[in-house]
Amino acid sequence: MKQFILTTLNGLTLGALYFLVASGFTLVFGLMRNVNLAHGALYLLGAYVGWTVADKVEYWLLGVAAGFAATAVLGLGLQLLIFRRMEGQDLRQTMVTIGISIVLADLMLWFWGGETYQFTPPEVIDGSLLLPFTPNWRYPSYRIALLVAAAAIGVGLWLFLNRTKVGMMIRAGVDDRAMLAASGVNVQRVFAITFMVGAGLAGFAGVVGGTALSIAPGEDVRYLLASLIVVIVGGLGSITGAAVGALIIGLAEQYGLAYSPTYGAVYTFLILVAALALRPQGLMGRRA
Amino acid sequence: MTIAIQDTTVRSPTNLALHGRIAKYGLLGLALLAYPLMASDFWIVQIGAQTLFMGTIALSLMWLGGYGGMVSLAQLTFAGVAAYMVAVFGVSNRPDISLGWEWWAAIPVALLIATAFATITGMLAARTEGIYTIMITLAIAVAFSLFCRQNYAIFNGFAGFAGLKPPSLFGLNLRAPLPFYYLSLAFAAAAYAGVVYVTRSTFGLALQAVRDNPRRMRAIGFNVYAHRVAAYAMSGLLAAVGGLLLAWFNGRISPGSIAAGPCINVLVMAVLGGMVHPVGPYVGALVFILLQNFAIDLIDPERFNLVIGVAFLIIVLASPDGLVGLWQRMTRRRSEGPSSQR
Repeated sequence: MKQFILTTLNGLTLGALYFLVASGFTLVFGLMRNVNLAHGALYLLGAYVGWTVADKVEYWLLGVAAGFAATAVLGLGLQLLIFRRMEGQDLRQTMVTIGISIVLADLMLWFWGGETYQFTPPEVIDGSLLLPFTPNWRYPSYRIALLVAAAAIGVGLWLFLNRTKVGMMIRAGVDDRAMLAASGVNVQRVFAITFMVGAGLAGFAGVVGGTALSIAPGEDVRYLLASLIVVIVGGLGSITGAAVGALIIGLAEQYGLAYSPTYGAVYTFLILVAALALRPQGLMGRRA
Repeated sequence: MTIAIQDTTVRSPTNLALHGRIAKYGLLGLALLAYPLMASDFWIVQIGAQTLFMGTIALSLMWLGGYGGMVSLAQLTFAGVAAYMVAVFGVSNRPDISLGWEWWAAIPVALLIATAFATITGMLAARTEGIYTIMITLAIAVAFSLFCRQNYAIFNGFAGFAGLKPPSLFGLNLRAPLPFYYLSLAFAAAAYAGVVYVTRSTFGLALQAVRDNPRRMRAIGFNVYAHRVAAYAMSGLLAAVGGLLLAWFNGRISPGSIAAGPCINVLVMAVLGGMVHPVGPYVGALVFILLQNFAIDLIDPERFNLVIGVAFLIIVLASPDGLVGLWQRMTRRRSEGPSSQR
């Protein structure tokens, strides 16, 4: 019973982390049809930048902010300098993002080397928390904080998309880009903002996830793959889908790890196959 | 289902163009056959043979992407399946796992299983289109590599298999530089000819029509899905042929050699060369392998990925149809004369 509850909590926190990474990915895809395969590299870059800043100023929250800001600025630059020039060429954009991820991964290996970095979260959330209604079972408070933060980000994104003017434009753009442009909205600005937020979320997730686990070369591919599976299962372009997909994948991975450790990764894949076979557009996706 | 592989090409190019093409292929063939006479062992195997079999794996992607319009990142996975299967059914350093079959039994079984794997992948991936296909095939590729790393009963986990070598025919050691080069050349030539032949068959023409306009083809009564799956099957066979040579070249196969990075490298090769002509993947593989071996002279040896990444970015940004596309545009412009320049 204890193992089951702890595994469930682990699954939920992992799902929360996956949601943070995948939400930016799905946001960018939904509006711009740009499959950003450099998303994993942005995650890792955010983590490294955040670590360096947090290490220098010894203030973790500033590290989080730096991780978000660095990747957001980079994302903005990429959108303005590259993707804007090849609009509508989905495949070519994807190729470019592959090239960018190769270059970024190698640059990061160059600057930060191959060692593993570990964050120290602020004292308030560093330690463990007594789980309510249990006989003295404890759980790392940082992970609980991560869960809360992911929920807050999720709600925040929902409010941003559903209650603000920019969010309204983004949703309109997802449905009909040409019509949005025709009604006098500066679509390029909406694109730039979306890409910035999406990339920034990857960097933010990098710092937050790097604190929960650790940062090392290769994590970029891991989180890129996780985002891909999450959004394919949940439905590309849907934030709710990303949340549902992330929870399913996070839980499946942790249950797999706890109850049949050898093939934890394979269950994730089976879910992917089942989702594709039964609902190719994803659980929450709409037919394009 | 209307899949028929019949050669119904209309062979009506002017005699001049035909002769020109025969002369070109003849010259290229002679050059490739004579190449080992003037090269050192390093250039014969490390550059020559490796270009030929990596080019063949990239050709399987060019076939799928260029003629079928489906960009897959799982081509090296198909090659890896063949390599693993030849280790499992044939001879390796793990006699407790390997069945030790003779090569004439192990190789066809390995090719068959790899083709079947590609067919199943195709059945999943062909349900999706464009960028979705890239994502699902990348997921399949990584999942297979992870599975191999975890499975010790069949795939021997992290270490994989070593001690793989090509069969010895008539007392000839096919691992020696010269025979291995000619073996790679023969396989590459067969794969190339196969692709050229099939693209001109009814099936190949229908596949290209499916790429250009699936809706219309469906309306005419073609089974679009079946054509796509069949294209995957053929790409699996091509990649598997390259995979056998890859396994023999390295003498080993492990999950690391079919991980995400190497899978993406195959795409880099195909795109560098250009997915517009079957010669593209070989050109791309040559450039890639030259960069891989000589990045050490250009910049820090550790920074090879930076060099290849930047080269890839430049090509994608400057010439979407790769080096071959660049070449085609240059020669066309020259033959058309300055008046028709844009």
